[in-house]
Amino acid sequence: MSTQTKTLTKKEALFEYLVRLADDRLILGHRLSEWCGHGPILEEDIALANVALDYIGHAASLYEYAVEIEGEDRHRDDLVYFRNDVEFKNLKLTELPKGDFGFTIARQFLFASFSYFLYTELSEVEDEQFAGMVKKHLKEVKYHLRHSREWVLRLGDGTEESHERIQDSIDDVWTYVGELFYQDEVDEILQEHNLAADTETFKEEWKELVVDTLEEATLEVPDFDQFMVEGSRQGLHTEHLGHLLAEMQHLRRSYPDGNWQ
Amino acid sequence: MTATKSTYNKEDIWELISEVTDPEIPVLTIVDLGIARDVEYKDGTFVIRITPTYSGCPAMQAIEKEIEKKLRLNGIDNFEIKTDFSETWTTDWMTEDAKKRLKEYGIAPPGKTEKVDNFLKSLESSGDHVPCPYCDSENTEIQSEFGSTACKAQYYCRDCNEPFEHFKCI
Repeated sequence: MSTQTKTLTKKEALFEYLVRLADDRLILGHRLSEWCGHGPILEEDIALANVALDYIGHAASLYEYAVEIEGEDRHRDDLVYFRNDVEFKNLKLTELPKGDFGFTIARQFLFASFSYFLYTELSEVEDEQFAGMVKKHLKEVKYHLRHSREWVLRLGDGTEESHERIQDSIDDVWTYVGELFYQDEVDEILQEHNLAADTETFKEEWKELVVDTLEEATLEVPDFDQFMVEGSRQGLHTEHLGHLLAEMQHLRRSYPDGNWQ
Repeated sequence: MTATKSTYNKEDIWELISEVTDPEIPVLTIVDLGIARDVEYKDGTFVIRITPTYSGCPAMQAIEKEIEKKLRLNGIDNFEIKTDFSETWTTDWMTEDAKKRLKEYGIAPPGKTEKVDNFLKSLESSGDHVPCPYCDSENTEIQSEFGSTACKAQYYCRDCNEPFEHFKCI
């Protein structure tokens, strides 16, 4: 149930929408970057670091556009380094610790498959700049989906241990995936102007891709109607986000005007 | 005050930045790659528009610095570099000559991008056929979709036993 009483303007809604998208990608990108130097094999170390870079690049362009829309002369980095955990609107799914390789892959697959459908919709929005950047991101998201899907198949249909670990990961992360489809006033306002995707339109297709992949990987598909966590878009987070931000923001906050020269 | 009126025109600026090479693939210039998009002259300033190949490409900052260096060394100060995120970069912008130099350098060049009607179906196939840049054999296999830079994938040639990189076709 919505407790919001104030109606947002279109501009405020677009700013919020862009920040939500950017926060998801920044936080997940940061999480993935923790694999750099720790990947199970060299190729995967490189692959995960590449995906992390893509996400941070997506976040950079989304924040850039958000501050332009806001028009208050903020720099995109201000949003990254000078907001506290309750001001971040990323999904809890993205902030969970990286876990083992199985957990990282399970989350990647669920997020990338969702992003694929989301971005396909978003590339049609009536805003040239927004649609343009999304089209670029979509090309990269396709690689992320191909990569994570192949690993789900390989781990699920691999050894007894890899099967068990990826199944546990899917089960553990499941309660966080319902929120991917969360929509509120922000989405509704923008949908009226064809500036946002309606996640309901591709929910069934997404489920089908997830079910087909998990089944092919000989994995059990958890219940889509089970309890799902909520509240991320209102700034409610797990304890993990604060720790992540402490590491990510520490240097910038210690030397706010520092510059690489 | 120094004379700000430049005798350069935007074609000269384009000429100069055409000499800037990609820091990660030094046989190609930023014009070959389609990273440099255009130069406009607005209110006494040359606006150079560049676009990243991949959104998170870490070479972009280095490229900006190189452009800056090139222009300042030629006595040009009235310029601005604008990164445009809204253009969808594609390997189709790469010239044939650039592809040839890439191959000589040992990187398998990108083919033509194909319009995939059903991406989800294509997930089940194993990707592009990429000939080896050393021996031209088609008997190659993909090792990883990701390589030493965002734009490359890793392949292996089963005939000459050389690992090689492929500039991904996007």
